[in-house]
Amino acid sequence: MSKLAVILRKEFRQIIRNPAIIRLIFVMPIIQLLVLPNAADYEIKHINLQVTDHDHSALSRRLIDNISATGYFQVVGYGTNSKKAMAAVEMDQADLILEIPHHFEKDLIREESARLMIAVNAINGVKANLGGAYLNTLIRQFNGDIRTEWIRPERLMQPYAIKTTHTNWFNPEMNYKYFMVPGILVLLLTMVGMNLTAINIVREKEIGTIEQINVSPIKKHHFILGKLIPFWVLGLVVLTIAFGIARLAYGIIPLGTYGAIYVFAAIYLLVILGMGLLVSTFSATQQQAMLVSFFIMMIFILMSGLYTSIDSMPEWAKWITRVNPVTYFIEVMRRVVLKGAVLADVTRELIIITCYAVLINTLAIISYKKRS
Amino acid sequence: MRQFYNFVIKEFIHILRDRRTLFILIGMPMVQILIFGFALTNEVKNSKFAVIDRAQDERSRQLIAQLDASRYFELTAQYPSIESLEGAFRKGQVRLGLVIPEAFGKEMERPGGTALQLIADASDPNVANTLVNYANAVVLDFERNVSGEKKIPYTIQTETRMLYNPQLKGAYNFVPGVMAMVLLLVCTMMTALTVVREKELGTMEIMLVSPIRPLKIIMAKAVPYLLLSILNIASILLLSVFVLDVPIRGSLPLLFAESILFILVALSLGLLISSSTASQQSAMFISLIGMFLPTVMLSGFMFPIENMPLPMRVVSNAVPAKWFYNIVRSVMIKGVGLQHIWKETLVLLGMFGFFMTMAIKKFKVRLV
Repeated sequence: MSKLAVILRKEFRQIIRNPAIIRLIFVMPIIQLLVLPNAADYEIKHINLQVTDHDHSALSRRLIDNISATGYFQVVGYGTNSKKAMAAVEMDQADLILEIPHHFEKDLIREESARLMIAVNAINGVKANLGGAYLNTLIRQFNGDIRTEWIRPERLMQPYAIKTTHTNWFNPEMNYKYFMVPGILVLLLTMVGMNLTAINIVREKEIGTIEQINVSPIKKHHFILGKLIPFWVLGLVVLTIAFGIARLAYGIIPLGTYGAIYVFAAIYLLVILGMGLLVSTFSATQQQAMLVSFFIMMIFILMSGLYTSIDSMPEWAKWITRVNPVTYFIEVMRRVVLKGAVLADVTRELIIITCYAVLINTLAIISYKKRS
Repeated sequence: MRQFYNFVIKEFIHILRDRRTLFILIGMPMVQILIFGFALTNEVKNSKFAVIDRAQDERSRQLIAQLDASRYFELTAQYPSIESLEGAFRKGQVRLGLVIPEAFGKEMERPGGTALQLIADASDPNVANTLVNYANAVVLDFERNVSGEKKIPYTIQTETRMLYNPQLKGAYNFVPGVMAMVLLLVCTMMTALTVVREKELGTMEIMLVSPIRPLKIIMAKAVPYLLLSILNIASILLLSVFVLDVPIRGSLPLLFAESILFILVALSLGLLISSSTASQQSAMFISLIGMFLPTVMLSGFMFPIENMPLPMRVVSNAVPAKWFYNIVRSVMIKGVGLQHIWKETLVLLGMFGFFMTMAIKKFKVRLV
């Protein structure tokens, strides 16, 4: 035990005496946590609409007024030239084109049916789907209004009408920051933890100080533990500060218990740090370690379900999300912070992450060799 | 010039001899473009929904089947009560709940109609919003199917066309995004680390006293990465065209030229980082942890920039990947020419100039 204490003292000192790194460890996540969640707003608004109106009727103008009155759409261009409308999309000035054909009003009155054309810039899926769906809904509402005005009352009481209402559970104000802030917090913690440990052992290799440890009576698991514990403590401190920020800057207080988060985070950190150490023992230079951990992290982060929905992924990709520890932490965060889960509610995730921690750290201890 | 050339050769040999790093450098972007190209999409589909069917009649079964058949939803289970549904929500097994009232089918036939309730898991508000919208659309379709031949007067039909990406493939959006991300981060990180490494190992001292100008040595370090990155662009583009079916509609030489410009921005940024840090650890911290999430979130491929609040839109201008993402998207998917992207190109040129000047200015020929 005393051997471990000696190593711990050495490692802690090494961290503390490098103020440049300490500053980065704290400042970088804090700034990002303050800035980035503001970017993650999917709410549909500011959709730029280009209108091509071949009809120029009272009805077409009324439709356009209706659409722009909602506040979701900005009519950025109005004209009769289809080519110009296309050019606006090419220049990224417009997301959607609404084309009102000749005789729109006339057709609707005489034939009792008329057509409208919508063209969506579908490169970015969010805008394409939501913008298109929303414009369609608005047109239907408009259609309903017109019908009520024009139809004789006895024809109005049409059957087969379904009204839908919806309720938003767990986050009725639809504040996306409640979701994003804990998620980004997880990502930052993961990046800091993994990168710090990934280049730690390999740094000793590169500088040559590892030789001294190899000839000392320190046991392999002492060495690994000595590397793990300081960063583990550091990680929990970063987590605490981050939760402080979440509370002060965003007013986020978990509905569930902090206890559940900390217990999970404590084990989760072991997984991440162990992974970093594993990368480190297999690498020859810091550059290599960096590249490998960047590779792993990019997959972990983009496949975590924070940015894109896991349900939408193909089956093989879902398997990647199942071996991805970040997925579990984000799910646990979401449950504890928004759904009020306590420790007992996240037992399954806890068991999985514990197995993970044991596996990774055993591997790290085995793969660290005292011979050069 | 000859000296410079020799140094470039030397750096090249350095990289070529480190087989493992070389392997990762070339293999990583390919693996990533494949995984992300196939797996990521901004679209929300196959979302799990559950039903509380109080009617249990013909119509309610039809409605459930129609929801299940749409590409957006996948039925997981039927629950008897709101409480049991809530349990499933809490465990994250369900994203949307549909409550069908008693006598749904009968009420439908009557004038005045019937009402449905949707319950969304709003812990992810973006997904919740989308799902409610989709469910509404499916219900409207169902309504239209049922009313069938009965002609509803004064109907406006809409015809929606998806421009550029009719199948709504995620790859159309994510290939440009991932390309920008990988190129930026790998190039910046690698250049920053190679230079700082010399400082850390003490070999910088030797260079500073050698007859060749130290700045040249550092430039020589960036050249092999430039060439490697060009190789990476080629492999990424080949994979996207032949495996992911993402077209290159615009001019290929233009796309290459813009990519090279972007790589130059990344390399100069790497040099700037290296001349202002003392250890590989700090260089890594700034180039990776400092840049990773901002690049993901502010370049526009995850979250549309126009949706962000004004301060964020301003901040996003400082992210080089944002400009490159716009360029790649325009040239590859939209197929437009330089006249549409000259602004982005100018910004990248400006960034390159700025980073380079700063890097040279900050570069110290003395050790202390």
